[in-house]
Amino acid sequence: MIEQQRDYVLRTVEERGIRLVRLWFTDVLGNLKSFAISPAEMENALNDGMIFDGSAIDGFSRVQESDVLALPDANTFEVLPWVDPKGAEARVFCDIAKLDGTPFDGDPRQVLRRNLNAAHQLGYQFYVAPDIEYFYFDPPSKDSRPVPLDEGGFFDLTSTDITSSLRKETIRTLETMSIPVEYSFHEDAPSQHEIDLRHTDALTMADSVMTFRLVVKEIAALHKVHATFMPKPLEGVQGSGMHLHLSLFKDEQNAFHDANEPYNLSPTARQFMAGLLRHAAEITAITNQTVNSYKRLVPGFEAPVHISWARNNRSGLIRVPIQKRNNEQATRIEYRSPDPACNPYLAFSVILAAGLRGIKEGYELPQEADANLFEMGDDMLAKLSIEQLPQSMSEALQMMERSELVAECLGDHIFEWFLRNKRAEWRGYKTHVSQYELNRYLRSL
Amino acid sequence: MVNDSTRLLAVFPDPAPIDVARTLDLSGYSWKAVKSGEILNQLEPTNGWAGAVIDCSDDPEGGWAMCRALRRRDLPVNRIIVFVSGAQLADLEMRDDLFDDFCLAPFHPRELDSRLRHLFYTEMTVARESLIEYGGLVLNTETYQASFAGNPLDLTYMEYELLKFLAQNPGKVFSREILLSRVWGYEYYGGARTVDVHIRRLRAKLGEEHANLIETVRSVGYRFGQSKWLS
Repeated sequence: MIEQQRDYVLRTVEERGIRLVRLWFTDVLGNLKSFAISPAEMENALNDGMIFDGSAIDGFSRVQESDVLALPDANTFEVLPWVDPKGAEARVFCDIAKLDGTPFDGDPRQVLRRNLNAAHQLGYQFYVAPDIEYFYFDPPSKDSRPVPLDEGGFFDLTSTDITSSLRKETIRTLETMSIPVEYSFHEDAPSQHEIDLRHTDALTMADSVMTFRLVVKEIAALHKVHATFMPKPLEGVQGSGMHLHLSLFKDEQNAFHDANEPYNLSPTARQFMAGLLRHAAEITAITNQTVNSYKRLVPGFEAPVHISWARNNRSGLIRVPIQKRNNEQATRIEYRSPDPACNPYLAFSVILAAGLRGIKEGYELPQEADANLFEMGDDMLAKLSIEQLPQSMSEALQMMERSELVAECLGDHIFEWFLRNKRAEWRGYKTHVSQYELNRYLRSL
Repeated sequence: MVNDSTRLLAVFPDPAPIDVARTLDLSGYSWKAVKSGEILNQLEPTNGWAGAVIDCSDDPEGGWAMCRALRRRDLPVNRIIVFVSGAQLADLEMRDDLFDDFCLAPFHPRELDSRLRHLFYTEMTVARESLIEYGGLVLNTETYQASFAGNPLDLTYMEYELLKFLAQNPGKVFSREILLSRVWGYEYYGGARTVDVHIRRLRAKLGEEHANLIETVRSVGYRFGQSKWLS
């Protein structure tokens, strides 16, 4: 099988006249990294991997072992459609290994693999379908505010404007790259768009999210437009989230489905939800990893603030979507806090680990919170023992640091490096004197 | 791929005639005796029967029924050898679709061995056919390239393998489990739902107008192209 896969890649490189093969991998912060090799090197790369110096890459650096190995995953080989209509370039995702071939601790893709294997040991397959939101703006110049390209609203049919044709072209490109799209529409805010992907196994989906972000930006750039996945680029309007639809399958059956239980949620689903809720605060630094992320997680903009669940309440952290026609396959839960600026490999890893912990320990699911929590007073929330998600990156980092679950899930290398890196980011932010403060205090104090 | 001669042969009747059993054992074939079409399906290995040796000389009715059970299915079994007595030679007429070769009973062990070997050999040469065509779709199995209406299709390896398998068996319905075992052949993170994911990708790549080339057969699986039994 592996032989044939290699053969397939090499023949395609030859037949399609590929001039460059881009080896893709992801740093700890979720940035896509790439280096290109010539077709002549491809056979070598597939057989033995390519050695490169990882010390310049965020989260990879370790002075004593800076050389690492990029091992192409032949199954992810794709011709890049936007580079050249004739397809002169291709990409392949890589796993990063130490020179002895064992997984490299700083590689997020290996972290997800390890967590998926752990789930697999229990018989579970983990499926994810994200709804990804983003904005189109005029290309930003330094210090300027973002300028939206349209004033459209939720589900507006603005067929003639440039952003809709951008979205269409983006979808076409995604589909030629093996990323089928479920829905797409104009979101609530001006120039905000949403594209929903069809579910796949979590590893494929993490790769797809990386490809997705690049495709959206590339297609926009071809038309001199800037696409951004910044969680909250405009004050006063909705930010960009990445809601994740999650399900576990066991023996080809949806382990979340049980027709005899309320909302068709099996005990496994309820325990998984309980795990996610109990550990939500600890994993938030990973699912919402920027200072800006926490300006999205505020009341009034359809983003979750409270750690709660409900069947159809968009103020909750977990929503249980109503299924069409009682379709057993479609029973799933929607985790609503992550934003599209996260590292999908790490985010899927911590979400899975939290859910599995709930199953293993048999956590009890708290009561459904179906009222609008934004309108509830603090004492009422306390009575229902509903807590809040971390309110800032600093708070999220504190929660994460205390979490044995996150440390185990990510491994010490990434856990420690991430905390160090993000603390530095927070210090930089904390010392910044903002326009808000100047406006408010300069004259009055 | 796997050497086909190591795969399992079905033998009728059960228990297998002693000289058939001995010949197959001595020639190194793996085999299982089957009593009925039902047992045939129960015992079928995940990679399918490699062929069959059917003795029609004692129980012609049962033997031919078994041949029909082997052929009239979504993925027909090839390499069927039947034994008939001299008096039954006329039975072969009008049944050409039910067997690939025959021996006169009583048979000579060397004859059965030679005929089987020949069937496995010809099967391999036929499999080397390098172009698979259906409608506007062309798959070149030598170069691994696929095109539709002259335009190259960019497929990942598994998408290509799945499309190849489907295009080689147009009009037949396959369950997800069969596709998984025949195309993937190993356990993947995704399980049988991986098949759905790849079917959707293939449809997207074939484009809206041709997406219906791969049809979903409700609660059964997928079919490529038109069924032979319709129009």
